[in-house]
Amino acid sequence: MAASEPTPPPSVAAIFAGFFSVGIIGFGGVLPITRRMIVEQRQWMNGKEFTDILGLCQFLPGGNVINLAAAVGHRFRGIPGALAGLAGLMCAPMAIVIALGLFYGHFQDEPLVRRAFAGLAAAASGLIVAMALKIAAPLRTDLLGGLVALVTFAAIVWLRLPLLATMAVMAPLGIALAWRRAR
Amino acid sequence: MNDLIDLAVLYGHLSLLAFGGGPTVLPEMQRQIVEHGWMTGAEFAALFALAQAAPGPNMLVSTLVGLRVAGLPGAIIATLGMITPSSVLTVICLSAWDRFRDAPWRKIVQAGIVPVTAGLFLAAALLIAQAADRSIPLALLTVAVAGVSFATKIHPLWLLAAGASLGVIGAV
Repeated sequence: MAASEPTPPPSVAAIFAGFFSVGIIGFGGVLPITRRMIVEQRQWMNGKEFTDILGLCQFLPGGNVINLAAAVGHRFRGIPGALAGLAGLMCAPMAIVIALGLFYGHFQDEPLVRRAFAGLAAAASGLIVAMALKIAAPLRTDLLGGLVALVTFAAIVWLRLPLLATMAVMAPLGIALAWRRAR
Repeated sequence: MNDLIDLAVLYGHLSLLAFGGGPTVLPEMQRQIVEHGWMTGAEFAALFALAQAAPGPNMLVSTLVGLRVAGLPGAIIATLGMITPSSVLTVICLSAWDRFRDAPWRKIVQAGIVPVTAGLFLAAALLIAQAADRSIPLALLTVAVAGVSFATKIHPLWLLAAGASLGVIGAV
C-alpha cells in the first residue's frame, strides 16, 4: 500500500489518542489491537518496525503493551511522547477498574454479587489456565526445557520460594541450556 | 503512609521481575500480599477476576490491590509502581536495541528464559485457580473455560459473562 510515503511523526496528542483507543477497547489481549492501531489504522510504523520495537518490549521485563506505549511514544516525541502513550493507555482502564472495585467493595456482601463474582473468578482463572497451557505447549517436545519449566513451577507452587531467588537460579539454567543448543 | 510505601516497593520490584509479561509475577504478588496480611488468597483471586473484566492491559490487578489496601492514593501508587520501572528501562534501552537486537547472546537469553516463563505462567494459573475454586462446580467451570479458551478463538469477555451468569443463577 502507501508504505513508501513517509508520514509525519504523530503529535503528543495523537499518541495519547491512539493508545487511549487501545486501552478502552482492549479486552484480554491488547497486543493485536495495538498492532492494528499503529500499523494499519494510523500508519505510524510499518509491520517490520513494529515487530522490531515489540521485540525489545518482550525482551525486557514488564507488561509488553505498557512497555510498547512508552517505547513508541518515546521514539516519536521523547519523554512527553512516552508519558502520553502510557497515560493514554492506562487512564480509561484504570478509571473503569477503580469504579468496578468500588462497586465490588460496596456490594460484596450481597449474596447475588457474591455469587456473580465467584463465577467470574472461576471463569477468569480458566482464561489464565488456557494462556499458561498455550505458552507451555511447545515444551511437550523439549525434555530439558520442560524440566526447567517444571522445576520453576515446583519452586513457586510447592516450595513457595520467592520469585527473585527462583529466577536467580532458573534463568541462568535456562540460558545455559539455550547457549549449549546454539553452539 | 506505610502501606503506600510498601505498595510502591512491592510493585516497583515486581515490575522489573516480570520477564515474559505481567502474569509471571502473579504468584509472588499473591504470596507477598497474603504474607503482609492485606487480604486472603481468595480475596486476591476475586480482585484478579475483576481486573480481567475491565478493558486494558492485564496488570490492572495492581490498581485494585492498591485501592483495597489504601484507597485511591493506593490505586495510583500501585499502578505507577507496576508501570514506571519497566517503562523507564524500556526507554533507556531503546537506543541501544539497534546494536544488540541481532547479537547472538540476545537470542540465547530470550530463548533461555522461555521455559522459566512457562513454569511461572503455569504456577500463576494453578494458584489463581486454587484461590478462586472453592467448590467442585466452580472448579468444573474453570476447567470448562480453560478448555474452550484453549481450543477456540472465542472472545474472553463471553466466557467471563457466562461465568458470572452461571454464578448469579446459582449453577456454580
